[in-house]
Amino acid sequence: MSKTTPHSIGARVLHALALAAFVAFALFPLFWLLKVSLTPDDLMYGEGVRLWPSRVTLDHYGSVLRHSQFPLFFRNSLIVSAATGLLATAAASAAGYAFSRFRFRGKAWVVGVMLVSQMFPLVIIVAPIFRLLAPLGLTNSLTGLVVVYTAFNTPFAAFLMQSFFEAIPKDLEEAAMMDGATRFQALRRVILPLTLPGLAATGGFVFTAAWSELLFSLMLNSSAAVSTFPAGLLGFVSKFSVDFGQMMAAGVLALLPVGAFFLVIQRYLVQGLTAGAVKG
Amino acid sequence: MNRTLALKLEPYFYTAPSLLLIAAIMLVPLVTGLSYAFHDLILLDPLSGDFVGLDHFREMLDDDGFWTALRNTVVWTAVSVALQFTFGLVLALLLNRPFPARGLVQALVFLPWAVPGFLSGLTWAWLFNPVIGPLPHWLHGLGLLATPENILSDPRLALWGPIAANVWWGIPFFAITLLAALQSIPKDIYEAAAMDGAGPLLRFRRVTLPLLAPTIAITVMLRTVWVANFAELIVVMTKGGPADATQILSSYIFTLAFQRLDFGYASAVAAVLLLLLLAYAAAVMVLRHAMTERP
Repeated sequence: MSKTTPHSIGARVLHALALAAFVAFALFPLFWLLKVSLTPDDLMYGEGVRLWPSRVTLDHYGSVLRHSQFPLFFRNSLIVSAATGLLATAAASAAGYAFSRFRFRGKAWVVGVMLVSQMFPLVIIVAPIFRLLAPLGLTNSLTGLVVVYTAFNTPFAAFLMQSFFEAIPKDLEEAAMMDGATRFQALRRVILPLTLPGLAATGGFVFTAAWSELLFSLMLNSSAAVSTFPAGLLGFVSKFSVDFGQMMAAGVLALLPVGAFFLVIQRYLVQGLTAGAVKG
Repeated sequence: MNRTLALKLEPYFYTAPSLLLIAAIMLVPLVTGLSYAFHDLILLDPLSGDFVGLDHFREMLDDDGFWTALRNTVVWTAVSVALQFTFGLVLALLLNRPFPARGLVQALVFLPWAVPGFLSGLTWAWLFNPVIGPLPHWLHGLGLLATPENILSDPRLALWGPIAANVWWGIPFFAITLLAALQSIPKDIYEAAAMDGAGPLLRFRRVTLPLLAPTIAITVMLRTVWVANFAELIVVMTKGGPADATQILSSYIFTLAFQRLDFGYASAVAAVLLLLLLAYAAAVMVLRHAMTERP
């Protein structure tokens, strides 16, 4: 397919129609989530499959925010995801920088370890991690989740950061080092400011992953006081499985922070991948 | 002298934090977890814990649940990845040419990627629910279903529910990575090909596809491994049911470990899954190497 503008009107119409189909497919399930969350209880069954209810209400949001523990789950998720985003991005940018700028003994092994860590079913390490963290007081704790999520997300984040660093010419820090700066100073003053979009994209990516994680949140934290949103929502679903309005209102609320984050960072993700990771 | 030593050690300072964390939280537990595969380990049973050698692996040979899950894993992974890839590639090609409001359209079509996995599972489970979801009625209207019933409770059809959710959710991943790869192809290559009289289809086959091939190989491999391990949609949407009809290996491991509390056998199944995935990844890497070596 060429990058030149479509020649005929027919091609342009086809192009627009195909894109419209993709947009509709991507948004329809989310639209439905929103629709049911706004449908009043008395219309839920009668108008369950209509495209839009004859009346809308914010009652479900009201009861989720006032009479459930979701505000607490929301706060827990926010703390865990923000801390994980910061820590994993910090660790991953250091590693990604080393991958991009140094040739060193054992590099292939380090990269290999990170790849293998992405290959196995995480279910297999739930019990060992529980036994590792319990004596340290890190089960039923938000800190424990941050530690675990940081480890899980660092490998991919490191490869992503590597690709952002590859996009920055090496001459830049070499020039700074010629002027007497140490490499670390050059990294901090010259390179990091240039990678800000990359750091934001990586941080946002990790934030989203931590926000979405269900298995370890469920297994490591049993107390509601330290439950994150996914575990809370799943508990709610199995307890009140017919209260569709409230479940979907909670679902919409769970979606807000990650959706907003994603809309801001998605173009940096494409830019970062263009820069390096895909060179093979 | 000290300075050269410091310079030599520098890359290790940068990689150490990540590496230590990954080793402590992932690799050591992985080794422990794999060692469970050779032990009789039932949670809450103080009498268990003996070394049983390869007993779990022998048990697996006669376990219908294991074989069903293995077959389902292949179907689930192959169909999901093939559809995600095909639609992702088409979407990337559509986005790779200028049109009005491109930034907005791109943000909207990539949005499913931001939806947490469990939530896309729940959302699709609700869409398939005849009471509040439109899909059974649409499928009935199209003549694909005899009655507007929930396919998630039909053992023959249930796996298609999580697959639909997975395709919806995974298209953006391929679209993003393939779009990035498309944008890094220099424009002059196309111009040269066009000057030589190559039409759009020929340019796609001779220029785009070969230049995308390395990206395609690596993303398909990563995604395959990832989708094969991805139990969340199935656990949330069908819990592996009805009657274990939608169990894939990773959800089967989950069920064995956390419902039957049989950690020993669960770890043995996980070890088999890991071996299969490593063999697959190695095969893809060899293939990719052979492809790029060719002049």
